[in-house]
Amino acid sequence: MNADRVIRWSIWVYLVLVFAFVFTPIVTSVIFSFNSDRFPTVPLGSFTFKWYETVLNDPDFWKAARTSMLVCVCSGVLATFIGFCTAYTDFRYQFRFKGAYIALALLPPTIPLIILALGMLAWLSKIGASGQVWSIIIAHTVLCAPFAMGVIRLRLQQMDPDLESAAWNLGASEWAAMKNVVLPFAMPALISAFCLTMAVSFDEFTVSWFVSGLNKTIPVAILEVLQGTVDPQINAIGTFVFFTSMTLVVIAQLIFSYRSNQN
Amino acid sequence: MPPLVIDSQSPSIRKLSVKNKIDLYALTWRMPVIVWQLLFFVGPLLFMIAMSFFLVKNYRMQEAFEMKNWIKMTSRDYFWDAYWYTIGLATLSTVVTSLLAFPAAFGLAFKVSASVRRWAIFLLIIPFFTSYLVRTFSWYVILAESGVANALLGYLGLGPYKMLNTVFGSIVGYLTLTFPLVIILQTLSLANIDRSLLEAAQNLGAGRLRTIWSVTIPAAKTGLIIGAVFCFILSFGDFVAPYYLGGSKPPTLPILIIDTTKAGQQWPRAAVVAVVMMVTLMVVAYTAISIAYRKRR
Repeated sequence: MNADRVIRWSIWVYLVLVFAFVFTPIVTSVIFSFNSDRFPTVPLGSFTFKWYETVLNDPDFWKAARTSMLVCVCSGVLATFIGFCTAYTDFRYQFRFKGAYIALALLPPTIPLIILALGMLAWLSKIGASGQVWSIIIAHTVLCAPFAMGVIRLRLQQMDPDLESAAWNLGASEWAAMKNVVLPFAMPALISAFCLTMAVSFDEFTVSWFVSGLNKTIPVAILEVLQGTVDPQINAIGTFVFFTSMTLVVIAQLIFSYRSNQN
Repeated sequence: MPPLVIDSQSPSIRKLSVKNKIDLYALTWRMPVIVWQLLFFVGPLLFMIAMSFFLVKNYRMQEAFEMKNWIKMTSRDYFWDAYWYTIGLATLSTVVTSLLAFPAAFGLAFKVSASVRRWAIFLLIIPFFTSYLVRTFSWYVILAESGVANALLGYLGLGPYKMLNTVFGSIVGYLTLTFPLVIILQTLSLANIDRSLLEAAQNLGAGRLRTIWSVTIPAAKTGLIIGAVFCFILSFGDFVAPYYLGGSKPPTLPILIIDTTKAGQQWPRAAVVAVVMMVTLMVVAYTAISIAYRKRR
């Protein structure tokens, strides 16, 4: 049928356009990070590393990078821990108000970040915990835990529930069964969740901007540069951020699917 | 509960202690999220609602229960201008995004192989983990008066067009934020449709468009609406697109929150804006979701 081919072709063309739109800003940013002109446009200037040199020689960048790393590692650990506890509870137990329990755990991503940012700023100041690096860690843990829970819950879904009871019947205590059966089974998901939550935390800027005080993370630093003028440094930082996040996501994906296929 | 089977034959005291131990074990896993979310998620939101009734005197916040901030904010025209402008922009963004996403999702669900679909979804997840700020900055550079888009259009003898600081700019920004998510949600809901429904429609003589309109879309309704709701929530709460690409004239509600908090130190008034946003979103989400799950007759 001729009409079928026309439809198929137009859908392919449309899909290519859609993906072009989605990836245009990412690719542009990488290209312009090597472009010498101060205002990025076409035709391109010459190839240069000067924006990277500027960024790498900037002590403020390194300070922000250290803060970002600290924040994303700590909130990644906390979020993965909380996510595991919640996913395991959901997997294993039935109890009253379980619906409310799950809603409480999963709700944060549906609240706009700007609202959470204001609420956290006010609340953390009230209890004397604002303007510190750990204020950002606290806030990011709230934002990231639902993602960790999702990933770990998917993995637990693949576990035979009888596996745990078999361990109990062989005389293992519940703690021992957790340590020797559940945790090893969930480990790839824990690592994936850790990487994913780190990536989420690493890119978050609204809440960090509100609660961080003087402790800038990299995205907050980008936001402040953006408020000034057009500065191609952002492309260099952005490329760095992009590859950091992508590394984390790819590791997460590889570990998750490799171990899942093995079983 | 398998462990209890063994213990049911043991003395009642032991059973009791086992029961306590089980509770401790269960609570260890159950409590962390409850404690953490009450302290750092529910706490902030409730405190923010309370804060909208506080007073600010001599640049210091005082706990109180007064309607002053509410009266002050809701009697101002600029607040309502911002309110309707934000709703309008978010609605426009939702409509545009859903319409643009549908053909792509349709293609991914029905016209490509399963492995192409998996790869496409993987590619669409990538943008979630790239900095939204950096992508916005890229669009800023591309859409600027002397930017890439106008330079390319210039080769074709078109333009230059003003794209920054327009509604078009805002929508491009919102699309950057929401497009991949909406395509993924639509694709998943379309791919889950029972294929025999579509074949039945075609056997009964329905044309392609008729099948899409009266069979495919209704069957995937829930997923399509949930995609639209997420798109609305994200657009409604985003300050980056309307500020850097839309020019912030007039400001949207999120920009109003930032200005009031950062520049004016008027946290209680910002809280009023935030509470209004939350209520609006709850109404929108509730309405949309009850439509999504309503039984078809």
